[in-house]
Amino acid sequence: MDNDLQKKPAIRTTRNEVAVEIAGVNKWFGKFHVLRDINLTVMRGERIVICGPSGSGKSTLLRCINRIESWQQGRLVVDGLELTDDLRAIDEVRREVGMVFQQFNLFPHLTVLDNCTLAPLWVRGMPRKEAEALARHHLARVRIPEQADKYPGQLSGGQQQRVAIARALCMEPKIMLFDEPTSALDPEMVKEVLDTMVGLAEDGMTMLVVSHEMGFARQVASRMVLMDAGQIIEVNEPEAFFTHPQHERTRLFLSQILH
Amino acid sequence: MDAQAAFVRQELIAPLDPPPVSTGVPGWLRQRLFGSVPNAILTVVSLAILAALIWPTVKFLVIDAVWSGSSRTDCLPETAGHPVGACWPFIAAKFDQFMYGFYPQDQQWRVNLTYTLGAILLTPLLIPLLPYKAANAIAFFGFFPVIAFFLLVGGVFGLQHVETRLWGGLLVTLVISFTGISGSLPLGILLALGRRSTLPLVRGLCVVFIEFWRGVPLITVLFFATYMLPLFLPGNWKIDALARVLIGVVLFSAAYMAEVVRGGLQAIPRSQFEAAMALGLGYWRMTGLVIVPQALKLVIPGIVNSFISLFKDTTLVLIVAIFDLLGQLRAAFSDPSWATPTTLFTGFAFAGIIYFVFCVAMSRYALFVERRLNTGGAR
Repeated sequence: MDNDLQKKPAIRTTRNEVAVEIAGVNKWFGKFHVLRDINLTVMRGERIVICGPSGSGKSTLLRCINRIESWQQGRLVVDGLELTDDLRAIDEVRREVGMVFQQFNLFPHLTVLDNCTLAPLWVRGMPRKEAEALARHHLARVRIPEQADKYPGQLSGGQQQRVAIARALCMEPKIMLFDEPTSALDPEMVKEVLDTMVGLAEDGMTMLVVSHEMGFARQVASRMVLMDAGQIIEVNEPEAFFTHPQHERTRLFLSQILH
Repeated sequence: MDAQAAFVRQELIAPLDPPPVSTGVPGWLRQRLFGSVPNAILTVVSLAILAALIWPTVKFLVIDAVWSGSSRTDCLPETAGHPVGACWPFIAAKFDQFMYGFYPQDQQWRVNLTYTLGAILLTPLLIPLLPYKAANAIAFFGFFPVIAFFLLVGGVFGLQHVETRLWGGLLVTLVISFTGISGSLPLGILLALGRRSTLPLVRGLCVVFIEFWRGVPLITVLFFATYMLPLFLPGNWKIDALARVLIGVVLFSAAYMAEVVRGGLQAIPRSQFEAAMALGLGYWRMTGLVIVPQALKLVIPGIVNSFISLFKDTTLVLIVAIFDLLGQLRAAFSDPSWATPTTLFTGFAFAGIIYFVFCVAMSRYALFVERRLNTGGAR
């Protein structure tokens, strides 16, 4: 894993190499303790794959990183900015953190192109021509440049998810969050989305991915995280994680999903 | 059974055209109109009802109608020599009054100019293919009302001042409904957003406002605005009678509009808010670019319903002595020089046609917009 970081010394030296720092985060939904003392530091260029049973708090943790969810205790620092109730810090972090959702969450009333240019136009204040060029560039990157003028409802699930990735990329984020990006897809469309994500990983994007695609995890993950009952059970490099899981819960989980 | 246990397709089946369904006019008639005995009965009954409605209407409005004349005597059966239907000369004689009320005759060009200007600005706004929608919308909703105000009221640029109490007829109907419609929609959207706000004070105020105006009949609002409000205002503070009514109508219909829009807002899934937030859009941009457009699209039928009922409710201003189209009509009925057996019916037919044209236009255009905006799942 260190190889990757060494390949990109420019990134290391120009800025603080910590991308996300989560320290002692606790969160409750009412009385339900959904995140319990979460500690995790993600370096620039790292790809973290988070897995675990449903209801273990994976998505909630991911959604805290761009403050779509708030938490009651602990510190969360993204790209050198501590997330608090300060709206300006939240806005700034959201500008630098892209997110891809399980259900794509494209804006159905806008064309694919308009979905992609919306944030560059209105958040970055980019001129329309520039924003459209950027959008077309990223649509080509996810290999659907020809769908730009269609509406999301006219695309297949896999295409919609790739549009969602392009939409997030148009903000040129430093960090990308993926919340079960392939769980809602037909089996035949999973690969096209995963290929896109592998491409991103190869370009050095910092990624936090909630996913049960273990093939993908083995291929790109710098580190694996297993969560259960709102806590981090095990963090390890993929090789060790899959071949010599340390915690009993990890072993059980892997035996359940790897048949 | 053994022979079917395994199967491997050798050649894919090419798509074929569907078998013909329609068998021409006779087939269509058979299928749609006389498919079964109950259907045939329904068809015959419907045709009978249509005939019973259409024939007398046409007879009254066209065949038996008197088309020219100069006084009531022309519209009497004795003079015409046949049973008389609509007395159109009555409408012709009172046409100015129906259109402009008592707006001075030599100044009526100002009203026509306002109509023309409005039509010129509104028509391209309604045609989706034409460009510059933003500039067009600003011109129509921003500048046009100001220009219309000075054109109609006058008192500047050498235009003679025309008091609003002289206004009447279709002019008043259109002024009230245009103001009501273009005022109540934005205000209603703001109220609906306020009602869903997380700020308790904002939400509280919006709830109180909406419930207050929805809890009071429009007639009460108009009465209060016209007769009670002046008593509460200090000394020589005077607001124009029509302006008071306009404000009352806007606030009243905004409360209804707010509830319609709120229905749309509630139908937008949380995931849309989250996606917008994740992109870094702040509250107003998220609301204006992502949430409200989708919410409005969902409630177009409800919005148009409110517009249509507002358009027809304008006639209630009659009770505060403002004479809209229907008011002028009723005033004209009492003119003894046009008293004939069919004057009343002619007048109502005329007003009915005008109201019908406006309301049907609104409803058909809304249907067109709805179809156009339907982008989801259109494979």
